[in-house]
Amino acid sequence: MAKRVAMTGNEAMAEAMRQINPDVVAAYPITPATEIVQIFSSFVADGLIDTEFVNAESEHSAMSACIGSAAAGARTMTSTSSQGLGLMWEMLYIASGLRLPIVMAEVNRALSAPINIHCDHSDTMGARDAGWIQIFSENAQEAYDNMIQAVRIAERVLLPIMVTTDGFIISHGMETMELLSDDEVKGFIGEYKPQHSILDVEHPITVGAIDFTDYYFEHKRQQIEAMNTAIPHIVEIGKEFAQLSGRGYDLIEGYMLEDAKIAIVALGSTVGTARVVVDELRNKGIKAGLLKIRVFRPFPAKEIADVLQHVKTIAVMDRSDGVNGRGGPVFGEILAALYFLIERPIVVNYIYGLGGRDTDMKQIQDVYKYLKIVAAGGLLNDRPAEYLGVRE
Amino acid sequence: MAKLKDLSKKQELLSGGHRACAGCAHPIAIRQILMAANMPVVIGCATGCLEVTTTIFPYTAWKVPFIHSAFENSAATVSGVETAYRALKKRGKLDKDIKFIALGGDGGTYDIGFQSLSGAMERGHNMIYICLDNGAYMNTGIQRSSATPKGAHTTTSPAGKVIPGKREFRKDMTSCMIAHNIPYIAQAVPSMWNDLVTKVQKAIAVDGPAFINILVPCRLGWGYPPEDTIEIGREAITSCYWPLYEVENGKYKITHAIKEKTSIADWMKKQVRFKHLFNPGNESILEEIQARIDQDWERLNELCKM
Amino acid sequence: MKTLGWKGLPIGGLILEGGTAQQYITGGWRTMRPVIDTEKCINCLTCWCYCPDSSIRVENEKITGFDLDHCKGCGICAKECPPKVQAIRMVAESEIRG
Repeated sequence: MAKRVAMTGNEAMAEAMRQINPDVVAAYPITPATEIVQIFSSFVADGLIDTEFVNAESEHSAMSACIGSAAAGARTMTSTSSQGLGLMWEMLYIASGLRLPIVMAEVNRALSAPINIHCDHSDTMGARDAGWIQIFSENAQEAYDNMIQAVRIAERVLLPIMVTTDGFIISHGMETMELLSDDEVKGFIGEYKPQHSILDVEHPITVGAIDFTDYYFEHKRQQIEAMNTAIPHIVEIGKEFAQLSGRGYDLIEGYMLEDAKIAIVALGSTVGTARVVVDELRNKGIKAGLLKIRVFRPFPAKEIADVLQHVKTIAVMDRSDGVNGRGGPVFGEILAALYFLIERPIVVNYIYGLGGRDTDMKQIQDVYKYLKIVAAGGLLNDRPAEYLGVRE
Repeated sequence: MAKLKDLSKKQELLSGGHRACAGCAHPIAIRQILMAANMPVVIGCATGCLEVTTTIFPYTAWKVPFIHSAFENSAATVSGVETAYRALKKRGKLDKDIKFIALGGDGGTYDIGFQSLSGAMERGHNMIYICLDNGAYMNTGIQRSSATPKGAHTTTSPAGKVIPGKREFRKDMTSCMIAHNIPYIAQAVPSMWNDLVTKVQKAIAVDGPAFINILVPCRLGWGYPPEDTIEIGREAITSCYWPLYEVENGKYKITHAIKEKTSIADWMKKQVRFKHLFNPGNESILEEIQARIDQDWERLNELCKM
Repeated sequence: MKTLGWKGLPIGGLILEGGTAQQYITGGWRTMRPVIDTEKCINCLTCWCYCPDSSIRVENEKITGFDLDHCKGCGICAKECPPKVQAIRMVAESEIRG
């Protein structure tokens, strides 16, 4: 029986971790993700769960401990944000290269400098090619649901996975949401049965051997294949979760997209704001639509091209900039996804909300306004991206 | 006191066919560590000579479970393994008694892995951290570390026309670990196998963290003939460059008494890395090194009286 | 060892068996070979204990020879053989192989 509660994103993720009751959690505090491990460690301290909690002395060591734990065949989780994810960088690649199904609760926060504790996606986007599955959550409910699905996905495809929320906006925003019962979660995630473990002293394995030119490519090819073929598993597990919870999950989620002439592509909390703007525009008879990307890694290029191909003009909303002279990372991915269409939509890029800059309805309305002008044959600006809500 | 005849009856847990240099002290130390182990062990290892030479895919020299993840995190990685072990044991998924050993070179221990080691020791994991100190970054081609002795030539502290090798004294890593107040800390050299084996067995018996700093002579980086590895290690002990001692629950003890202290210059003379110090004009450096060794040795003897 | 393709290899770069390095021959590195005089040998096993390449064969507490597939010829065994025993000497491979 679903239980209706009011929770912040951090509380929701910690609650999911309590219900998952992993063997090991190794973590280090960092704003705005601190609460997750704080709440979780109180669950441990109060004996609500029997997870072994490692208070690592840095995020690098937290991820290293997760790697050791996962290689030992333990169900392993962590949580971090921003600079913490940055400090883990080296180990992110090792976790995925060793094919360890570690689950991370990641709270999106801007990267320094200048130091800033608020939301943007520069941390997570920087890690987009680290071989981790990445799932973005729109709200606390999704953060909770995604965490539970993440355990199944990671253990099925043997890749690590990060579930993200937007710093403060979701992590600290209180929402009403539904929880599954402990038994439902337990039943859904099942028992983890690792294929190999370094604790199997009777069958000694070597983890982390050095590959020279004769094997590295083959091992990488395997890892690439795991990511390439993860999509159907994520979809299947999403459907199974829908049966349990009544909440359906797919790779992407279109809103008023079927007959849309203009559309926005976004990830995370901004999707909620954009949805309200779409409703407004639709009331005025404007054929506006919205595409939410839930799973960013693996990137569902084909699925995205299918739902966007008929749209005339599209604005890709990037909450981070590549600082590469070519706009944001989501923009580049969307362009690549649409490249193989015979008739391609016009696509513009918006960089918004850096360092937690509030993105209100007015800003989103402006984006649609611009899309209308471009759709009507108006001139495109000659710059890699538009910058929304920044003072000139 | 272990006997070689008894130890030789145990299964050899490090195979031949690894790619360490001829005469390398690393595999000698590892064989002694593994022959000392009287229970199943799981090994974690930092990036470095040992890891690279023993695990070239698809060949592994290890006949015990082995994990390497990166350079600076041997202790953190093994702390994760050890935690997983406790978690799974608690949940009834495992019933064996296993000991965990994290290995790292001096670079991976004194320098880049210092924090990771300190954190793991403070958290009290039931593991032994063993540093295999050969006094420089040998794997990347002999670069200076904070374990490099004063005066030594390395490729990043070269003996040049103006600067005569490394200018600083080495970090006293063993003392840093003693300051962590863990139950067992020791220094060892494979040249004294019985001392080393005994120390590993003591460390295994500890319920909690232990640290052993093992000097592993490097014939390539130190510059001496491969057959001299054991002898040069022995002289590191007699010159008091590397005194054999242990600190058990805070109590210092010299485990190998020095009957006749040999001069540090005699030891250094046998190594190419110190060759330039014997050129005229560098006498004061040698004196300074000898004075420091005397002072440290005296201090250690004082500590043993406490 | 057969060089497998990506579809056949275990995932994650794992080596699923211990001691596979045994299949790799390092004996070819050797320029000097240890030769033992079993008459002189007192089976103290010092050489066995100090061999970096696990290449000294011991059976029933006695040295039975060398694993020449893996011995790199470092000479530690000969050097560490007790001075009064001197049972091992290093001989140039060129002398043996001709």
